[in-house]
Amino acid sequence: MIYWQIFLAFFIPGILGYGGGPASIPLVEKEVVDRYGWMSTQEFGEVLALGNALPGPIATKMAGYVGYIEGGILGSFVGLFATIAPSLILMLGLMAILFKYKDSPEVKNISKVVKPVIAVLIGFMTVQFISESQSSLGSIQTIAIMAISYLLLEQLKVHSAFVIALALVYGAVTGI
Amino acid sequence: MAFFRTGMLGFGGGPAVIPLLQKEVVERYQWMNDDEFGDTIALSNTMPGPIATKLAGYIGYKVGGVWGLLTALAASVIPTVLLMVLLLGVLQRYKDVPWVQNMSQTVVPVVAVMLGVLAWNFVQQSQKALGWKIAIFLIVISVLLLEVIGLHPAILIAILIAVVLIPFIKRVVSK
Repeated sequence: MIYWQIFLAFFIPGILGYGGGPASIPLVEKEVVDRYGWMSTQEFGEVLALGNALPGPIATKMAGYVGYIEGGILGSFVGLFATIAPSLILMLGLMAILFKYKDSPEVKNISKVVKPVIAVLIGFMTVQFISESQSSLGSIQTIAIMAISYLLLEQLKVHSAFVIALALVYGAVTGI
Repeated sequence: MAFFRTGMLGFGGGPAVIPLLQKEVVERYQWMNDDEFGDTIALSNTMPGPIATKLAGYIGYKVGGVWGLLTALAASVIPTVLLMVLLLGVLQRYKDVPWVQNMSQTVVPVVAVMLGVLAWNFVQQSQKALGWKIAIFLIVISVLLLEVIGLHPAILIAILIAVVLIPFIKRVVSK
């Protein structure tokens, strides 16, 4: 039962996440936090932050970890399988047809029309994280940390792993 | 080896892996030339799901059949998942220590900024691909359907894909 749920939770984002791994993040959040209640928004944030700080594809790191928490090693395998297999099989199976129609406007359009939806989903996740942080840290700290990390990440192009490490150190120091 | 290295060095999610992969696949091992690699990227972009694993699976399959596919996938996925489980496991164990709790709170606004930037990237990409009018129209519609009415995003995405693909399927079938 739990394995079936894990499968579904990652199969849907895997098969609908047009635009690479990051596009499937809000879809995974929808399943993991809203539908199955396996994690709170904050826990999901931790996983996402760490996933971002670690190397490698983000979608599989999420799937492997959440699967492991909910269903052990087999759960981890199921989560990974559901994320990877459907889209890969589709790609291998359709390669011949795809090569023939790769310039067809409709095929190209799929990922285009899905992008605004993904933008909205990630946008709402952003708002969710801001309000989460505001209720635990207060407005002033939230705004300050956001402003500093925006500066570091986007203006100074500091690596995200470094910025996350910095935030963790700051949290540890102020928490003692 | 090619996929282990790119998996371990590709910080910032799947798409960050692409230039690294190009270096390994095209320049180092010469499994493909630049054109083939470009075509493969373009095609995997039109398919759903994570890009890094689609590329690894496809290139692995081309080079070494089913075993090549499994090797490439394992190399790009397993090391990073193991790291993640280990690190988060440690974090979970000390969850109730106040300063650890504080650590996980201060990281939330940073994630919010990253997501905000990512969302804006997607807005810009849609604007480039569709123009402002259609992009904003689709964004407004999605906000209404997803957040006001509470429609599941999977349904909305599936409908959009269907609408785009119907004329294509009709044309292919009638040929």
